[in-house]
Amino acid sequence: MNENNAQAAAETTDTPIIEVNSMHKWYGDFHVLSDINLQVKEKERIVICGPSGSGKSTLIRCINRLEEHQRGQIIVNGTELTNDIKNIEKVRAEVGMVFQHFNLFPHLTIVENLTLGPIWVRKTPKKEAEEMAMAYLEKVHIAEQAEKFPGQLSGGQQQRVAIARSLCMKPKVMLFDEPTSALDPEMIKEVLDVMIDLAEEGMTMLVVTHEMGFAKSVADRVMFMDEGQVVEENNPNDFFDNPQHERTKLFLSQIL
Amino acid sequence: MSAPNTAPTREYLKPPVTEVGVIGWLHGNLFNTWYNSLLTIVFAVILWQVVPPFFSWAFVDSVWNGPSEACRDIDGACWSIIPQNISFIIFGFFPEGEHWRPGSAMLILLGLVFFSKSSKHWKKSLGFYWLIGLIVMGTLMYGGVFGMPVVETAQWSGLPLTFMLSFFGMVAAYPLGVMLALGRQSKMPAIKTLCVVYIEMIRGVPLISLLFMSSILFPLFLPEGVTFDKVLRAQVAIILFTAAYIAEVVRGGLQAMSRGQFEAADSLGLNYNQTMRLIILPQALKIVIPPTVGILLSAFKDTSLVVIIALYDVLKTTKVTLSNPKWTGYSTEAYIFLAVLYFICCYAMSSYSRKLEKTLHTGR
Repeated sequence: MNENNAQAAAETTDTPIIEVNSMHKWYGDFHVLSDINLQVKEKERIVICGPSGSGKSTLIRCINRLEEHQRGQIIVNGTELTNDIKNIEKVRAEVGMVFQHFNLFPHLTIVENLTLGPIWVRKTPKKEAEEMAMAYLEKVHIAEQAEKFPGQLSGGQQQRVAIARSLCMKPKVMLFDEPTSALDPEMIKEVLDVMIDLAEEGMTMLVVTHEMGFAKSVADRVMFMDEGQVVEENNPNDFFDNPQHERTKLFLSQIL
Repeated sequence: MSAPNTAPTREYLKPPVTEVGVIGWLHGNLFNTWYNSLLTIVFAVILWQVVPPFFSWAFVDSVWNGPSEACRDIDGACWSIIPQNISFIIFGFFPEGEHWRPGSAMLILLGLVFFSKSSKHWKKSLGFYWLIGLIVMGTLMYGGVFGMPVVETAQWSGLPLTFMLSFFGMVAAYPLGVMLALGRQSKMPAIKTLCVVYIEMIRGVPLISLLFMSSILFPLFLPEGVTFDKVLRAQVAIILFTAAYIAEVVRGGLQAMSRGQFEAADSLGLNYNQTMRLIILPQALKIVIPPTVGILLSAFKDTSLVVIIALYDVLKTTKVTLSNPKWTGYSTEAYIFLAVLYFICCYAMSSYSRKLEKTLHTGR
């Protein structure tokens, strides 16, 4: 199936926007991800949970090629991820990522953090990029901090800026790698609220998180991973009320 | 009941008198333990023995200007060696009547440097000013137009030579060093090997041997009749040498960068050039300002090594002054003057670097 057809097919809501087929990944000799199969449709919200070392972060990092997979296929928005740098850049322009430790650029102001991507990757003119940046900053309720530097903001504020920064690239998919794990409890809510708003507006989201409340209220599917494999996958109600595997039951009993 | 967000009220007392003010400082720093008190007394005695005699030698009994005979029977310093020979010390072998040319060239250089210090001036027009300034400086030094007699580069000496070699050395070595550091991190084996070999070979030899090689060995490989300007040879050797050290310091800065910055740039879709230019280098270079300035200061002082290839920088011109029998005994005064000169230049550079660090300390 050539690329243009795949692209057109992906635009209809039936074909998955992310397709992971029999994917395996090794770190040297260590088999970190084993036979991962995943189909994500547009506007779907998927929460991935599991114990540390289970490979959940590695999985989503493979989707925007921050990590390479050695076997299997990953197709994002019709483009297959291979060593071809052009494909990688194409995928990265459509996939936004929010990191556990925010990774804002400390030497730039908040507004500059947001306009950097649009100006240099999408070639948006500066004024237009700034207007868009301010609009997104309004959306995450942090417009008044626009001229400050990341070091002057609290963790929750920085994470909201990070989300706005990814949104400025108008991605089709947003990946969240434990977005609230580095925040103290008072700030977790403000970030989750922004994520819930995003979900309600129809953004396709893959979220690695331990926030089960978020999973219950927003997710279309919850995936449980352990030791590099997807152990169980279900809609939130069935997942939490009726876990099938022993491992899932053990995990849920510890965190709920 | 107190307000919910404040601690309960308490009494604010004054600290005890032996802990504050001058007495407090002396007590805390010089006399806090028995061995510190002993050291304080020993150093006080040493200073008492050394400082007043030096002070009277340098300032009280000294002669500041006049012919060398006036210095013969005095106990103090004979500073007159400096004013009497200042022309030669500063300008070296540049023809006597033409000293206004290197003088103006130096002033233009210093003027441009001071102008460039302020970040308000960092616009496109700055590059333009520098270009004009460099052309004017080159014309002034070399001559040949507007009735100015030609002065060959071999006669360029003294302070203008020192400034020129160090300034152009620093300015060219820095970007070269940055590229070498990036090349060393490259995944392409050819580029990486090339950069590693260059850096390790250059760092393995003293600058003096590089100057020697550039001056004596290199011309042997050139075809008959083709010569390389002597000052240019020295300049290239200094640039190549300094660049290797800058490369290693910048590599340290690159390694200090957290992976998250690279990943955030990647996930936005920035390519390698954009990531380096916009995200990584601004942060990495800022981190390594202190060691970079150290290398540049060394480069400035290492210009004195060009004496090995018969170029007369300000150190050599001073030494030549001392070889004059009238002034032979006054080497202490001459070298103190030179030390003060180097110190003023180096201190200016280092205090600018501190100011630069403070300005760039944006919110971190």
